[in-house]
Amino acid sequence: MDNPVMLAAGILGTTGASLKRAVLSGAGAVVTKSVGVAEREGHRGPAVVQVEGGLLNAMGLPNPSYRHFQEEIDIGRDGGAPVIASIFGSSPAEFVEVATGLEADGFELNLSCPHAERYGAEIGCEVFNVEVITRAVKESASVPVWVKLTPNVAEISALGLAAERGGADAIVAINTLRAMAIDVESCRPILGNRFGGLSGPAIKPVAVKCVYDLAGAVKIPVIGVGGVSSWEDACEMIIAGARGVQVGTALGNAEGYGIFRSISEGLSIYLDRKGMALQELVGAARRFP
Amino acid sequence: MRPKDAVITEIVSETPSVRTLRFEITFDAVPGQYLMVWVRGVDEVPMSISYKNGITVQKVGEATGAIFDLKVGDSLGVRGPLGNGFTLLGERILLVGGGVGAAPLALLGEAAAAKGIEVTTILGIRGCDDLIFRERFEGAGDLVITTDDGSMGICGRASAGLSCLDLEDYDQIYLCGPELMMADVIGRCGGMEAKIQASIDRYFKCGLGICGSCSIDPEGIRPCVEGPVIRGDRLVGTEFGRYKRGPSGRKR
Repeated sequence: MDNPVMLAAGILGTTGASLKRAVLSGAGAVVTKSVGVAEREGHRGPAVVQVEGGLLNAMGLPNPSYRHFQEEIDIGRDGGAPVIASIFGSSPAEFVEVATGLEADGFELNLSCPHAERYGAEIGCEVFNVEVITRAVKESASVPVWVKLTPNVAEISALGLAAERGGADAIVAINTLRAMAIDVESCRPILGNRFGGLSGPAIKPVAVKCVYDLAGAVKIPVIGVGGVSSWEDACEMIIAGARGVQVGTALGNAEGYGIFRSISEGLSIYLDRKGMALQELVGAARRFP
Repeated sequence: MRPKDAVITEIVSETPSVRTLRFEITFDAVPGQYLMVWVRGVDEVPMSISYKNGITVQKVGEATGAIFDLKVGDSLGVRGPLGNGFTLLGERILLVGGGVGAAPLALLGEAAAAKGIEVTTILGIRGCDDLIFRERFEGAGDLVITTDDGSMGICGRASAGLSCLDLEDYDQIYLCGPELMMADVIGRCGGMEAKIQASIDRYFKCGLGICGSCSIDPEGIRPCVEGPVIRGDRLVGTEFGRYKRGPSGRKR
């Protein structure tokens, strides 16, 4: 991939039109909103709320089921960049059902959503599950399989190694951090689901550390995601060990879809200034043990 | 922003199924902007602003039904004002509203009249019992009423009211109401789409332009931040008037 800046899962990826718009706006690849076996409307609102340093969300995996999603992937592919389908399930069999039911340029396994019962991080926090699910999808899919990990564990590298043993082609880190916000007037948790996941600038240092640790532990590529809002953030992720970056929450900033171009252009200018190729920058922080 | 606490100071029953709620706080809003209204314990839904300190709600579902159970002194959580509202342009304008779509247009008509702009309004309603904000529109300029059942004004849809006007006379046309009504008006204004501003309704979840649930095919317009007011020419050739998506993202 020439352009390492991608659209993260869960952001704007509900429709093919949004995926295509991200590509036409300069994304090197796009990841869809997670799709599963059955149609889901998601949690009740508020599903998203702005908090200090980012966003708190509990969307609740709304999706039309893979049976009604191929059309969106196909429209997204019209943009000319790879479309990666983010998929979720509660068992290896469900993951395989979704993966075999969709045609995409790759799959990203959502083993990390922090606010949906029986899905995401609830199963993805166990190394055994990560390995078994990765292997099951890998055996049934003919396209690259990425595994998106949760940071809500003691040692994320262990999950990365499990994905690698399962045959993953890349690790994506990180999903949101479990978090909560409470309305002081009513004493109620704000999110309809009561708790959710924190994204945005507040979690970037956490993501950088996870990427650094993962890149030191696994041989497969690591893709950095979490609070990337500028070319400097993308650069930092790459220096920590990421081969690519995903952008999510920052799409809500004033420049909107323009963020892809501003990050990739800033990155190019930086590389020119340093006289470096992107490859040379990956994991450059390791020179300082 | 986190939701602000909006304490209800007054409740006005406009029709049996439409109520206006006035709050202790006021909003620095452009007409056409909206609030994400958190009915605590139920859901969060988008509502357009009908007064500097109020919203006008039609009872259509669970969240709006729960709003009808609220009393003066109770409160709602509100995020906003959000999105892009109407832009006032020209010397003579036409407002076309359907049902409770009159709510943001009343605020717009008052703002226009205050600036010396000549305002004509067409309000399409089912029957005379559904008429809201008559005094506000009459105070801003001329009002033409159409009713489906013929109980008041011209018998027919809002578009029936258009036939008694020369649309070339207006510098700008503002729409808010049922989607098929708005699509019909845009269809009758061939060549003039660029002077139409329509407030459109989609399934908003985040109100921040990131979740994608309100995205409009085929360009991926995000009405929650790029709208809800969108220029008519930008809607031509889109899903507008043909289909929309439900909470799961599935077309319906």
